[in-house]
Amino acid sequence: MKSFTYERPSSPAAAAASVVATPNAKFIAGGTNLLDLMKLQIETPAHLVDVNGLGLDTIEPTEDGGLRVGALVRNTDLAADARIRKDYAVLSRALLAGASGQLRNKATTAGNLLQRTRCPYFFDTAQACNKRQPGSGCSALDGVSRQLAVIGASQACIATYPGDMAVAMRVLDATVETVDAKGTERKIPMAEFHRLPGDRPEIDTTLKPGELITAVTLPKPVAGTHIYRKVRDRASYAYALVSVAAILGKDGSGHVAFGGVAPRPWRVEAAEADLPKGAKAVTDTVFAGAEPTPANAYKLKLAERTLTAALNQARA
Amino acid sequence: MKFDTPAGRNPIDQLKVVGKPTDRIDGKYKTTGTAPYAYERHDVVANQAYGYVLGAGIAKGRVRRMDTAAARQAPGVLAIVTTLETPRMERGMMNAAYLFGGDEIQHYHQAIAVVVAETFEQARAAAFLVTVDYAPAAGKFDLAAEAKGAKPVPGDSGEGSGGNGEERVGDFEGAFAQAPLTFDETYTTADESHAMMEPHATIAAWDGDKVTLWTSNQMIAWGHGSLAKILGIPKENVRLDSPYVGGGFGGKLFVRADAVLAALAAKAAGRPVKVALTRPLIMNNTTHRPATIQRVRIGATKDGTITAIAHESTSGNLPDGDPETAVNQTKLLYAGANRLTAMKLAHLDLPEGNAMRAPGEAPGLMVLEVAMDEMAEKLGLDPVAFRIRNDTQVDPQAPERPFSHRDLVGCLTLGAERFGWAKRNAKPGRVRDGQWLVGMGMAAAFRNNMVLKSGARVRLDGTGTVTVETDMTDIGTGSYTIIAQTAAEMMGVPLDKVVVRLGDSAFPVSSGSGGQFGANSSTAGVYAACVKLREAVAQRLGINSADAEFADGQVRAGNRAVPLGEAAAGGALTAEDSIEFGDLSKKQQQSTFGAHFVEVGVDADTAEIRVRRMLAVCAAGRILNPKSARSQVIGGMTMGTGAALMEELAVDTRRGFFANHDLAGYEVPVHADIPHQEVIFLDEVDPMSSPMKAKGVGELGICGVGAAVANAVYNATGIRVRNYPITLDKLLDDLPDAA
Repeated sequence: MKSFTYERPSSPAAAAASVVATPNAKFIAGGTNLLDLMKLQIETPAHLVDVNGLGLDTIEPTEDGGLRVGALVRNTDLAADARIRKDYAVLSRALLAGASGQLRNKATTAGNLLQRTRCPYFFDTAQACNKRQPGSGCSALDGVSRQLAVIGASQACIATYPGDMAVAMRVLDATVETVDAKGTERKIPMAEFHRLPGDRPEIDTTLKPGELITAVTLPKPVAGTHIYRKVRDRASYAYALVSVAAILGKDGSGHVAFGGVAPRPWRVEAAEADLPKGAKAVTDTVFAGAEPTPANAYKLKLAERTLTAALNQARA
Repeated sequence: MKFDTPAGRNPIDQLKVVGKPTDRIDGKYKTTGTAPYAYERHDVVANQAYGYVLGAGIAKGRVRRMDTAAARQAPGVLAIVTTLETPRMERGMMNAAYLFGGDEIQHYHQAIAVVVAETFEQARAAAFLVTVDYAPAAGKFDLAAEAKGAKPVPGDSGEGSGGNGEERVGDFEGAFAQAPLTFDETYTTADESHAMMEPHATIAAWDGDKVTLWTSNQMIAWGHGSLAKILGIPKENVRLDSPYVGGGFGGKLFVRADAVLAALAAKAAGRPVKVALTRPLIMNNTTHRPATIQRVRIGATKDGTITAIAHESTSGNLPDGDPETAVNQTKLLYAGANRLTAMKLAHLDLPEGNAMRAPGEAPGLMVLEVAMDEMAEKLGLDPVAFRIRNDTQVDPQAPERPFSHRDLVGCLTLGAERFGWAKRNAKPGRVRDGQWLVGMGMAAAFRNNMVLKSGARVRLDGTGTVTVETDMTDIGTGSYTIIAQTAAEMMGVPLDKVVVRLGDSAFPVSSGSGGQFGANSSTAGVYAACVKLREAVAQRLGINSADAEFADGQVRAGNRAVPLGEAAAGGALTAEDSIEFGDLSKKQQQSTFGAHFVEVGVDADTAEIRVRRMLAVCAAGRILNPKSARSQVIGGMTMGTGAALMEELAVDTRRGFFANHDLAGYEVPVHADIPHQEVIFLDEVDPMSSPMKAKGVGELGICGVGAAVANAVYNATGIRVRNYPITLDKLLDDLPDAA
């Protein structure tokens, strides 16, 4: 960990202004990901702007019948909120499928969106990794890749987005709300929030420098069975090999997003019309153009079978 | 005390204290955070500085140049010791890789520097400022690719088990060719990390030319001698102290870089230095259980009598490393007139392979006991019945040599009954419970019982308190408690009148902890010392020791009853002795036995595997403390489940290292993976093992359980996966369509 300076700003805009004004500054909230990465010198901020004191920790109804989740609402609190459990169960279930109780107590809504990949080469500073050190190469391409992306990746990076919460937010058509240093607010649809690596894998999201997430809004509830099915090698405390976030009707119609397969939550809305036909019709489209490695090709079959399980659950 | 005739009746047989499920006497220290583990011994020496170890970023080659200028200027930095300015140091006992010194890199994350600073954070930050110029060299990292060139090799697990490379009885090839039914399959097991909770850690402090190391080590005497050799100083100038060890599993049998670099760093900094290895270094700098490729061939008559059995194993290691002795159990577990066991070793430039809990038997049984399941199915026999049919009461390679005591059949039959084995559907893939495909599997457990010379010193004071000192270690196993129970039984005092002090090289040399030899050997050493102390007490009190009864805090003889403490009224009485084992274990084969029964569910859609029930029945001589013994067995069952279902150090075969080098990437079972575990100990004693009549149980639990899990997965799905770990991706292609 490199030495860093630290401050607690007085408002979201002031926080954003401070990050813009200070070279190599970062926001810190729960710290469950950033601190680990700083210890390994994967992240080396010179200045930390601690946003924990900014409020932003309530869940309020919106005018159009949805909910506005403050950026600093802890994962535990979000998962346990009665409105979330009742009307957005896919989100509650995704949250509870992630990390551990202790981590969920600390982790925030905004921070969870921003968690970085768990690719083993990203975590080893002796190895080439374009996401960690742009231009150094990607060791994962011909390395250990069982956990890594099968679609949406590039020759520069095959890292997977590791989170669960964002997959549920993607299927819920959530919107990320931000503020910048000038106080200008912006709304970013989840579909546009995480970016694909292309030749710039070091940039995970479409946030601009200094732009601070203030909330995530959920549109009005979508009826159907809310399912979050996370498949992993052990029963708890593991990243998804494949996850399915789905809201499905009895006839199978509805919406689905996949986790653990791509550099961002993976959803192809155009395929959803085929959901009543069964999983294969959907996954054939969702994963068209997939380029798995020999070690992670199983994810294509697993995604299809996991979606089948979700459809069965919805129909039951 | 020489132990060379079978044990007769002795005070341990009273079983007033020994054999009781006593809570750990050190439990309160652990649960209150006051047990002194190595890195947290802030009170042993003042002015401790922090060392941070830098590991090599290449797997093979040379270090050309290291630039430490920036690091030396960094805040708080006190000293830096680099491998280039240190001549290559001697290796300690059983070290295959060099731990430090010189420019050659033998494996990834080999220690190349230690940075010492006022705080841990400063040391770590400065370590990142060290720049290293390497001359990388090509290496061999892929066992499958190197297996063809592997050479026959004799085996030694590092704990005394093992034997010659190829061993033959009768004519295996001839008998196999003529057998009415034959089986021939090849399997692989993965590289595994010990993944103990407590990292390797040491605080070192020099006083002139003497050094003390507060460390975490299973084998104090081995470590003591090794450190003297590595540091090039006389043994009397080295002291090791390791009273608490937060898990070892074989990873702390031998001295590692933390101890060596703490000593070097403390010398360079001129003050005490503490060093802990980070988790990535634990996985790539220290040792691991090597992967294997194993072939098993079995020939049998139609009634299921084995006529030919062969087990061959290939593993890899650094040039001076040993093979994984995965064929060990096959020499002894089943009858069969024609036999072949053989091992080959390939040169690999991966980190050093070495002992991990039940080296040899753990991966060996993961294969042999699946092969037995497959052969039983071929024969149309129940797997339990097939094993019982091929039981042997003698060493199959030397039939004149009986087992000292062997009740494998008792374990199998009781286990089958308790588990409800009769309800198993022998046809795989037929039992469904909701979304789960349900299956049952079983396997035999087998692990040899080794005995090692072990000493102790016991002291009686005027209050009637008995203090035991031995360099034995408690690696989470319960040594403190069973040693206290032994001394209490021998001296006729309650447990709270016994003080146990362990892990100091100033104490008498014990067996140490490894190879499941620790419990029986070390308590036998305490027994020997107590026999001497009883004699000294009797003599002091003027009683014939043969007439003396030690009970209820008193010494009684005839009508006389004297408080024990009175014998020490004029000064403490001290006795020291060792148990030395004669050739009983050569005349008769001493082994421990068990049977594992497992039920799993496999998700019909996703192929996720979850264990639903587990039972182990163990026959391991006298059980000194059923509670701590049970903890050992369920821990082994958990570890074996990990090996079967998830544990794998993922080899980057191009860059030569284990890529998943943290506990997020290297998955071990969590609580949610492990269901209720039942353990039954057969009520037995083995007088050939020691005066305690006990045998080892610390490794028996891991032996065979992985195969029982694998067999249950097969029974659930009809899919036989022969490459461990059995992860869902290996089942998906053959599962029936999701519907």
